[in-house]
Amino acid sequence: MTKPMGSHRTANGGRIDRSRPLSFMFDGVTYGGFAGDTLASALLANGVHLVGRSFKYHRPRGVLTAGADEPNALVQLERGARTEPNLRATQVELYQGLVATSVNAWPSLTHDLGAVNQLLSRFFVAGFYYKTFMRPKVLWDRVYEPFLRRMAGLGRAPELPDPDIYDKMHVHCDVLVVGAGPAGLAAALAAGRTGARVILMDEQAEAGGSLLSSAESLDGKPAPDWVADALAELASLPAVRVLQRTSVFGYYDQNFLCAVERRTDHLGPGARPGLSRQRLWHVRAARVVLATGAHERPLVFADNDRPGVMQASAVATYVRRFGVRLGSRAVIFTTNDSAYDAVDALLAAGIGIAAVVDSRPDPGPRAEAARAAGVVVHAGCVVAATHGTRRITGVEVRGCEGGVLAPAGLRLSCDLLAISGGWSPAVHLFSQSQGRVRWDEAKLCFVPGEAAQAQTSAGACNGTFGLGAVLAEGLAAGASAAHLAGFGDGAVPATPAVAEVAAAPGDALWLVPGLKPLGRAGKHFVDFQNDVTAFDIRLAAREGFESVEHVKRYTTNGMATDQGKTSNVNGLAILADTLGRAIPEVGTTTFRAPYTPVTFGVMAGRDLGEMLDPVRTTPIHAWHVARGALFEDVGQWKRPWYFPLAGEDMHAAVRREAKAVRDGLGVLDASTLGKIEIRGRDAGVFLDRIYTNLFSKLGIGRCRYGLMCKEDGMVFDDGVTARLGPDHYYMTTTTGGAARVLDWLEDYLQTEWPDLEVYCTSVTEQWSTIAVSGPRARDLLADLAPGMAVDPESFPFLSMREGMVAGLAARVFRISFTGELSYEINVPSHLGLAMWQAVMAAGARHGITPYGTETMHLLRAEKGFIIIGQETDGTVTPLDLGMDWIVSKQKDFVGKRSLTRSDTARADRKRLVGLLPEDEGEVLPEGAQLVEMAGGTPPVPMLGHVTSSYWSPNLGRSFALALIKGGPERLGQIVFAPLAGGRTVKARIVEPVFLDREGSRQNG
Amino acid sequence: MLLISCPHCGPCDETEFHCGGEAHVARPHDPAALDDAAWGAFIFMRNNPKGQFNERWVHAAGCRRWFNMVRDTVTHRILAVYPMGSRPPAGLGHLGAAVVEDAQ
Repeated sequence: MTKPMGSHRTANGGRIDRSRPLSFMFDGVTYGGFAGDTLASALLANGVHLVGRSFKYHRPRGVLTAGADEPNALVQLERGARTEPNLRATQVELYQGLVATSVNAWPSLTHDLGAVNQLLSRFFVAGFYYKTFMRPKVLWDRVYEPFLRRMAGLGRAPELPDPDIYDKMHVHCDVLVVGAGPAGLAAALAAGRTGARVILMDEQAEAGGSLLSSAESLDGKPAPDWVADALAELASLPAVRVLQRTSVFGYYDQNFLCAVERRTDHLGPGARPGLSRQRLWHVRAARVVLATGAHERPLVFADNDRPGVMQASAVATYVRRFGVRLGSRAVIFTTNDSAYDAVDALLAAGIGIAAVVDSRPDPGPRAEAARAAGVVVHAGCVVAATHGTRRITGVEVRGCEGGVLAPAGLRLSCDLLAISGGWSPAVHLFSQSQGRVRWDEAKLCFVPGEAAQAQTSAGACNGTFGLGAVLAEGLAAGASAAHLAGFGDGAVPATPAVAEVAAAPGDALWLVPGLKPLGRAGKHFVDFQNDVTAFDIRLAAREGFESVEHVKRYTTNGMATDQGKTSNVNGLAILADTLGRAIPEVGTTTFRAPYTPVTFGVMAGRDLGEMLDPVRTTPIHAWHVARGALFEDVGQWKRPWYFPLAGEDMHAAVRREAKAVRDGLGVLDASTLGKIEIRGRDAGVFLDRIYTNLFSKLGIGRCRYGLMCKEDGMVFDDGVTARLGPDHYYMTTTTGGAARVLDWLEDYLQTEWPDLEVYCTSVTEQWSTIAVSGPRARDLLADLAPGMAVDPESFPFLSMREGMVAGLAARVFRISFTGELSYEINVPSHLGLAMWQAVMAAGARHGITPYGTETMHLLRAEKGFIIIGQETDGTVTPLDLGMDWIVSKQKDFVGKRSLTRSDTARADRKRLVGLLPEDEGEVLPEGAQLVEMAGGTPPVPMLGHVTSSYWSPNLGRSFALALIKGGPERLGQIVFAPLAGGRTVKARIVEPVFLDREGSRQNG
Repeated sequence: MLLISCPHCGPCDETEFHCGGEAHVARPHDPAALDDAAWGAFIFMRNNPKGQFNERWVHAAGCRRWFNMVRDTVTHRILAVYPMGSRPPAGLGHLGAAVVEDAQ
């Protein structure tokens, strides 16, 4: 279906490019528009006013605004991977081929099944969902929730990966100006002329804000010309950067602001391959000038949501800036002067005006001017009702005095109703910056109070209205901001000459009476997006919700994606009136980032996939890959998990690798182990305080296993530390714990014991570690290091030697994590691969077998060696692990005092034991809970849980490690592990060492 | 995001820092002399004031040095940055005189 292009355009004028027609599709119908249109202006230019259905009642809704505050015209843009829900048609720039659908309409916009909700609307009052869908509980999952999700929705999230790219910028500037309307442009000019680094960010496609649809002149120039001149001057200033299509959405501590720049959205999806679609700006500004303008408030009257009802300022914008003939006969309903701009715009465009309905009994000079132009002005009157369904067809006008309607009035037919209930300064960013707003009774709006950060508000967002005053305030704010940032002398440039417009004060009319009592007929919408009515707010107050934050949540007023830009103040005023309080006594709700919704894509930026987190690999990694290893992530490290041969699964590979180590020779890439050089006069004393055992007396060239605790006595990390010299130790930590151990050592050195002379340096990536393990390890080392005495007397267990290994200078540590005879050969990282290859070559005749972390875990468990984070979880002491032998009685160390606290000394603490499942083939799941007896009535007391569990080819059976209450006292007892699915596994408690209890293999 | 003036590196983004919790909680000189209640208080009990708070911070992704800070937990304003082992500037922070002595 194709409709003729833009049949509702003015003859000429506007900022659209009539030489560049575009076609687009809305709800399956193809329309025409022009470059420079928004989706909203293009639809209106095609006479399409019904653009959506309301959230709860599914009432027909039209375009209400021309900007970020739009609550009604929400569309789903595009399809497939690039679809995006809930975009405001008023902010979507038109491009060739744009495809949009309305949200909240099912099955179609004009025939909406949910509209039956209107008939039920007596039941859809505040708190309806809380009241209705609570009982019975079983119905929630099966009926209520699926139904509500289908009815609600507000668009659909894309289901395919986002094909676009996004990026981020981090910038500093002297002055950040937010908003390029008259105040913002003036501020940027005044600040930019001083040479300060100025960034001007504006959410629209072109700068100018209200000036783009203004009929006023500045220094004798039409407003848009003045804007062009201002932009030209800003472009000539080298330190000034102007960013259009850039929405500042968050204002954080110490003048840190976030903005999203839409770089290609206006060109259409995929139009610029390789260019980022959106960019997230992180700005740290010395000074901030907020020039974010104001939002016009709708009036709250009966059935104020018919398509064709529109903010007066939006009417002026669509007519003047976009050249849209919005209708043929308009009514203007206002409480204040600003709506007369719409009157002027309609008159100039030749659009008929049925009447102006001005609530003020004496509306003042602008009304007089309208009357002089032949417009009928009904002073002291209101619109008490509207007619029409898919488009407004008429209004009921009544006199209104003291909140009481005159008994009779007149009916006016119209197809456009421009409304203005006054203005709410856009204090969102100011409020986010922790500034407090205050109520201005004269201006009838919240205005910024004292700034909480290095920031100034200027123009309409500061409650300053009238072009001359706005420009003067912008210039002053810019000059002052630059001066405070160290640029210029603070002198304020002269304000452009503008015609003074005589003004009259506005009227505080928060709730317009209807023809019938509130809630009985007609709906007085406050929040258009969430379908909250004045009646709902009254009801909430009657039901005892008096706090504005409670009323917000109970009624959902202001909680939609527009966050109440058009509804908050009206809702607050109606609440205040209901409670009989003044507006400032009721207070405001909190403004939170983002100002307008932000895509997840731009938040993620390039931090996706392999860019999400660094991947750390050892110098030997390529060899592992070539050998077909599968990898396990340990922190950021990729560690070989196992090395399967053809046809092997993990179990087969691990059995082969584990047998090879116990029976012959295995080799492990242990380069990921954390390594810390500890040097200085007091290194030994320091280690004595950090480890549970003693290191100051360790002989040079000797190694010792150590445990570290936190002050609460819980095991924190472990590893072997060697003494390389009198003031020189070489500490190893767990792979995952390396960074936090170093941080923790530094913490103690700098903050508790600054008197100790100790220096810690991470050398994890400076050394490669190759662990050879198995009965034939000594033979291998003898082959590789002919100059090194490797006999047990010369090179005993827990010692280290430096020497040439395979022709390379190496440190060799005789330590063991498998319980076998083992050597860990350390070489500088650039030699790691060469050493590995040499080991593999020399080991060939010993049948050397590379093994991965899975085999390593199995082998150490056979010996009852713990793994931090597996046997420990931050609640396990050295005594719980049965490692009393490593806890010094002589000296103090971090955490020692805690080991005798009543809780840590309890006899029934969970302690480490071994488990042998009755069924030797049964491998208990790690984490399985253990109980004393099978069956039993819940709650069954938990005895503990399985921490490690394997099938061992060396034992020929399954086994496990577990933490069990009073474990060592229960040796020989039976416990049960009830598993998911109802099966229960029986196991016997044994000592947690399953192989070579006396240690002859590793010590020999 | 806070802008924190590291005493050694100057102003840097908060992402470069880690907070180490309340400052001026000195490790007792002789833990064995404390009863369980006193030791438990040292390990577990920390102030959580609304308003000015003395905190330890470390420039983890910078010079890696620890320092103290007085931060307002309501406004996030940073009122002072001062070295480890020194007293907070006069009149700043939540500490009573007794606790400050431990900082020495």
